[in-house]
Amino acid sequence: MPSSATRDDVQRLLKEGAQLVDVLPEAEYRDEHIAGAVSIPLKKLDRQTTAHLDRNLPVIVYCYDLF
Amino acid sequence: MSPRAAWRLESLGFSKVYDYVDGKADWAVAGLPREGDKAGFNRAIDVVRRDVPTCRLNVLLKDAGGTVQVGGKEMCLVVNDEGILLGRLRGAVFERDPETPIEEIMESGPTTIRPDTMLQDICARMEKRRVDSILVATETGRLIGILYRADAEWALGEAEPE
Repeated sequence: MPSSATRDDVQRLLKEGAQLVDVLPEAEYRDEHIAGAVSIPLKKLDRQTTAHLDRNLPVIVYCYDLF
Repeated sequence: MSPRAAWRLESLGFSKVYDYVDGKADWAVAGLPREGDKAGFNRAIDVVRRDVPTCRLNVLLKDAGGTVQVGGKEMCLVVNDEGILLGRLRGAVFERDPETPIEEIMESGPTTIRPDTMLQDICARMEKRRVDSILVATETGRLIGILYRADAEWALGEAEPE
């Protein structure tokens, strides 16, 4: 079951080697994304597009907003 | 969107999946590193001025402390111990009896914008409403500071800094 992560959690997990995935549409990723994130839009999330991710490391996904 | 992505990743065999629920906007609000063609000075949080004089609700006017000049008027913001914006003192109220309780003279609920609001939207709204500054607060009401239209226009490359 996926876990919720706060900003502090994300920073800690990234230091520990977690992978960060921006699931917003590509155009929004191009405009702005969290430093170090890779783009895999939700609509394209499948076995092929995630093949480059390490299944043994934590993965953090995010979209846009809190507000 | 991200909860569905998190579940989808789990269905693809990822065992340690985290959903950063607050997302990109939360990251931006904290001023943490961002990349991309439009990363940088593009949101309220990027140009907001945080050095705003504040006072508590339960003090007298004489104890309000400092003020800042905004639009030609003195201003001081009223916050509680958690930094939640409760009101604003502005203009002529500073000429009132110094023994007046702040609570009696403050304007309640001043307009705010969220820190992740895009500067282009802010400038358009401020121009339409003919205001030169606006307060910035989080969704929970915590005061961040004042955003000046001139700063926003400068960040967008439309004006010189003040």
